Amino acid sequence: MKKIYLDHAATTPVLPEVLTTMQPYFSLHYGNPSEPHQWGQRARAAIDEAREKVAQFLGAKPQEIIFTSGATEAINLAHKGLIEAIRETRNVIRDMQNEKPHIITSLVEHKAVMETCKHLEKMGWADVTYLPVDKAGLISIKDLEKAIRLETVLVSIMYVNNEVGTIQPIAKIGKLIKGINVSRLTSHISPIYFHTDATQAIQSLNCDVNYLGVDLLSLSGHKFYAPKGIGVLYFKKDTPLVRQQDGGGQEYRLRAGTENVPYIVGLGKAIEKVKSQKSTLRLHSGLTVSEVEPSKVKTEYLRDKLIDDVLKIPKVKLVGDSKKNAPHITTFLVDGVEGEAMLLLLSEKGIAASSGSACTSGLLEPSHVLTAMGIPPEQAHGSLRFSLGQENTEEEIDYVIKVLPEVINQLRKMAPKL
Amino acid sequence: MNFSQIYSKKVLEHVRNPRNVGEIKNPDGVATVGNPVCGDIMRLYIKIEKKDGKEYIKDAKFQTLGCGAAISTSSMITTMVKGKPLDEAEKITEKAIAEALGGLPLTKMHCSLLAADALKKAIQNYRQSHKR
Repeated sequence: MKKIYLDHAATTPVLPEVLTTMQPYFSLHYGNPSEPHQWGQRARAAIDEAREKVAQFLGAKPQEIIFTSGATEAINLAHKGLIEAIRETRNVIRDMQNEKPHIITSLVEHKAVMETCKHLEKMGWADVTYLPVDKAGLISIKDLEKAIRLETVLVSIMYVNNEVGTIQPIAKIGKLIKGINVSRLTSHISPIYFHTDATQAIQSLNCDVNYLGVDLLSLSGHKFYAPKGIGVLYFKKDTPLVRQQDGGGQEYRLRAGTENVPYIVGLGKAIEKVKSQKSTLRLHSGLTVSEVEPSKVKTEYLRDKLIDDVLKIPKVKLVGDSKKNAPHITTFLVDGVEGEAMLLLLSEKGIAASSGSACTSGLLEPSHVLTAMGIPPEQAHGSLRFSLGQENTEEEIDYVIKVLPEVINQLRKMAPKL
Repeated sequence: MNFSQIYSKKVLEHVRNPRNVGEIKNPDGVATVGNPVCGDIMRLYIKIEKKDGKEYIKDAKFQTLGCGAAISTSSMITTMVKGKPLDEAEKITEKAIAEALGGLPLTKMHCSLLAADALKKAIQNYRQSHKR
């Protein structure tokens, strides 16, 4: 049977090349990087090299890179660590003595951000504003600007939405915040720190932290062909952070615990590959990194083909403004069909996709992202997400386009007329 | 998603080949039930036959918009009630439907409740429209 994997936003396979690079660090160079002997220092050198690669990719310094178990941990560290640090120092900041730190985020963030913010609210450590989004899933910079208060210390907006692919205007937000911080500096008010979760942006967008104007950036290895269980928090020098995992002095004293050496090496290799793909094209075409990347060109081509043909099926709509979206994520709303049933029948045909239907969540609620975009629950139940990866081919897309209408018809025939 | 980790063989078999899909023209009883929270809507049609003064379910058909569990419970209940005396069919519980399917995941148990409810309401509908 065919096996067509179109769920790369959920996770990607580990590249053989990445796995090969990792392998010696299990049983050969197994030393603890905190030890001064040669075993330890061999591992230490490997971590340093990986950190350097991540730093280069992000346009950051190696001292600004912390390896974590994934984006979720990076986000928890960023948000909780920043708020804790600010709570510790706020008594010396005159204007904030009686005010809770304030966070601004959006209604379409990943659960890792949402739940971390809710936790901080529940503990009474922060007030949180959740910005609404428009039909395309975009926040408005004006809304953001209006939501900023004197006590605002953190703005956290995702770069690319994992369910629908919407790209938020991170660089513009970065500029706005920078401007505000300049005036705050002169009036001795604590600056606003800006976090973006770039988990879904690594492969196709410009992730240079200076271009984006972010102080904190989270990412996860397994979305770009590194293994699961390894991620990164970038924190700009002088960003206040209190570590959330106590113990030894690893990761600049910000994340205790013996480093996951083989996985760190794997992430370093995978991010280097993404970077080399980006710069190869720059050499050939003279275009800058932010303009075009080769995997993006191919992915965009396949994505557009998928969209054009899937939209030929009656009563199928596209979510958001796809041509402006990240190239690898496309979500459709299929009228009169429930998402999980579609996934089940597609899976029978060898195709892996995803859905924001309540029945796939285990929570009996449709996706909070689709709901925030104004999509009513009965439509959200029929959502279908395809997310492409570098190994997908045109033949695979052709097969999906052939099979999907059959699946939809089969289920629609079964449904009652209302 | 590996659906064989989520659903039993029997459930998957009923999703692949649902039994008694469709509509009965001039049914003796019909009911539409739905759970807007989960997004499942189920319609059940029954045809009743009287033999020796006893009422039997002669035919049952369903139409369902819903997940795999909703489709399979709908399909299963039609096979369970066909040919059964009405008073026996009435006693089919959600648990019995789930068991007949080789079990359902915990988060999907409400789907079998939906199917049991559809049957009860279809029988109710028959009784109300066929009062002596």
